[in-house]
Amino acid sequence: MDTTKTTDAPPPTSQPPANVQKRVNRGATRPGDRVFLGLSRGSGILLLVIMAAIAVFLTYRASLAISKDHGNFLTTFEWNTNLVPPSFGIAVLAFGTVVSSVIAMVLAVPVAVAIALFLTHYAPRRMSGPVAYVIDLLAAVPSIVYGLWGALILVPHLNGLFGWLDEYLGWTGIFSWQGGAPRSMLTVGILLAIMILPIITNVSREVFRQVPQMHEEAALALGATRWEVVRMSVLPFGRSGVISASMLGLGRALGETMAVATVLSPTFDIQTSLLDPGGGTFAQNIASKFGEATQDGRDALIASGLVLFVITLLVNGAARAIIARRKEYSGANA
Amino acid sequence: MSTAAVTDKRGSSLRSASLPKWSPWAIAGGSIVVAIGIGAGAGLTSHIQWGLIAALLFVLGTYVIASAVEGRRQAKDRIATSLVWVAFLLAVVPLVSLIWTTVKRGVKVLDPYFLTHSMGVVADSEPGGGIYHAIIGSLEQVGLATLIGAPVGVLTAIYLVEYGRGGLARAVTFFVDVMTGIPSIVAGLFILSLMLMADMQPFGFAGSLALAILMMPVVVRSTEEMLKLVPNELREASLALGVPKWRTILKVVLPTSIGGITTGIMLAIARIAGETAPVLLLVWGNSFINNNPFSGAQQALPLYIYQQYSQSSGSTAAYDRAWAASLTLIAFVMILNLAARGIARWKAPKTGR
Repeated sequence: MDTTKTTDAPPPTSQPPANVQKRVNRGATRPGDRVFLGLSRGSGILLLVIMAAIAVFLTYRASLAISKDHGNFLTTFEWNTNLVPPSFGIAVLAFGTVVSSVIAMVLAVPVAVAIALFLTHYAPRRMSGPVAYVIDLLAAVPSIVYGLWGALILVPHLNGLFGWLDEYLGWTGIFSWQGGAPRSMLTVGILLAIMILPIITNVSREVFRQVPQMHEEAALALGATRWEVVRMSVLPFGRSGVISASMLGLGRALGETMAVATVLSPTFDIQTSLLDPGGGTFAQNIASKFGEATQDGRDALIASGLVLFVITLLVNGAARAIIARRKEYSGANA
Repeated sequence: MSTAAVTDKRGSSLRSASLPKWSPWAIAGGSIVVAIGIGAGAGLTSHIQWGLIAALLFVLGTYVIASAVEGRRQAKDRIATSLVWVAFLLAVVPLVSLIWTTVKRGVKVLDPYFLTHSMGVVADSEPGGGIYHAIIGSLEQVGLATLIGAPVGVLTAIYLVEYGRGGLARAVTFFVDVMTGIPSIVAGLFILSLMLMADMQPFGFAGSLALAILMMPVVVRSTEEMLKLVPNELREASLALGVPKWRTILKVVLPTSIGGITTGIMLAIARIAGETAPVLLLVWGNSFINNNPFSGAQQALPLYIYQQYSQSSGSTAAYDRAWAASLTLIAFVMILNLAARGIARWKAPKTGR
């Protein structure tokens, strides 16, 4: 009787089995179990404490900075933390962060979805394995290396593209170019797109792979072409997966620091054209301004980091919520 | 494959007309030739533009020819196929270029001298110097981060899989997910805010703490997956023999999944080894060798790359060093990745799943 109880016990709450075991063989098991449970529960709690501490300490330092801020923290177009009193605002950073991430998403998502389709439905089988493997490895390339490559290789190659955009689309205003070095928001967007491509591809590929074989075969049996199979069975099934993959990519693009800091020529204003150098992002601004910042300056940077923290939390939370909802669906399908 | 079957049956009246199997290659060849013609004729210097023109011609050509011969639906199918191929090739170009330039430029100054000497008093604009101090710093910071992050991560995963029920476990699961998305610079700012309060100067261990925060959720996620793969029969068999739960976990569950757990930890190490932002905020960088991570500024490989790039105002010697350090860093990360996959395959849990 007792033995069955102990084997049954582990899944439910840990208190009852401890009591049962106490009766069975007192002393021998209890201290070890208690220590081990304490250790593992303790590390779980430690993670929660760290998250709470991040929020609390960033908020505390940020409140110190904002209370000294002479400008409006949300709308001021300057970052002068050395003035007395200091005056700074995140408007430019918020704009730059959103614009560069949006460009990255617009460029990366279609290409990443196409590559995921290529790997799951189009590529010869002998090819798709190694290619997927290489894309896995590329996701591991450190961002600073992307930054170095972007600054020294990508930027010189963009002169042609920028000239072309200026010539044919310059009338729109957002694609006009005054001929500065191509270290602008569009450059940042392109580099971020290249950087988040592997992660979006990987997640989308996993989702496309889970499409029930039956759906595809049914479509094929109705005489659908391969594209029609993809459009009618693969994409609808994978849509929520692609959305959450994109949001994971977006989370990365929002918080990317070094690649942006190496590629952008930052100024603290908003450029109406995507091609003219200038602007900045939260993370890039922290990295670039940190070296010369005083105590107050650092607090101000921490305040901008808090805003970035909240934004990425929202984006990632949304992505996870979509994935979690999808899990239920796929469970029903399986 | 299906196109081959179609070509054989071209005579059959049940089938509509279709293009022969070699037609994509022919269209590709034709569009490349025309693109070279246009490119050379219009005097376009960039070969990237030539490639883009060729890709555009290929997609358009496929659509026009296919819709003329096979009809709209088949043409759409072909255009989708060619777009998918073009997207793939487009994406491969920058990624190949990244690896290729890093290797090509990196080998220029990468030699034993470079690996065993620090920058010391070598000015950023002069040739010479090396990355010994950065390697030492990186190894110490990442090593300490692993010592903190890996046990906490593994224990948390054990809690979630073996003990976790109820509100606390759900909260931990949720916040581990959220934590995965924390930008590295925010983790750096968190430790920085602690240091500001304690009025401390930058030192290596502060960087390790930030890196450990970034590492924990990754380790938790991968370890959790691995522990879930361990069949319940093993646990039940052990418990039925009267083995206490903690010994079951240590002696049965962990050894079964140790390969996957190691893989996860190594991938997490590979990830944090390339982080620059927290190191920039907390460790500062140093051109001299500092073996003590608990006092004084240190150097780290990613930070070294950034400083060689940003503080050198365009000197070739500094760029060469940056590329060589990049190559070292990529090699380190790739070797960790490959080794991790090797271990995963070698020590894969022998279960029927």
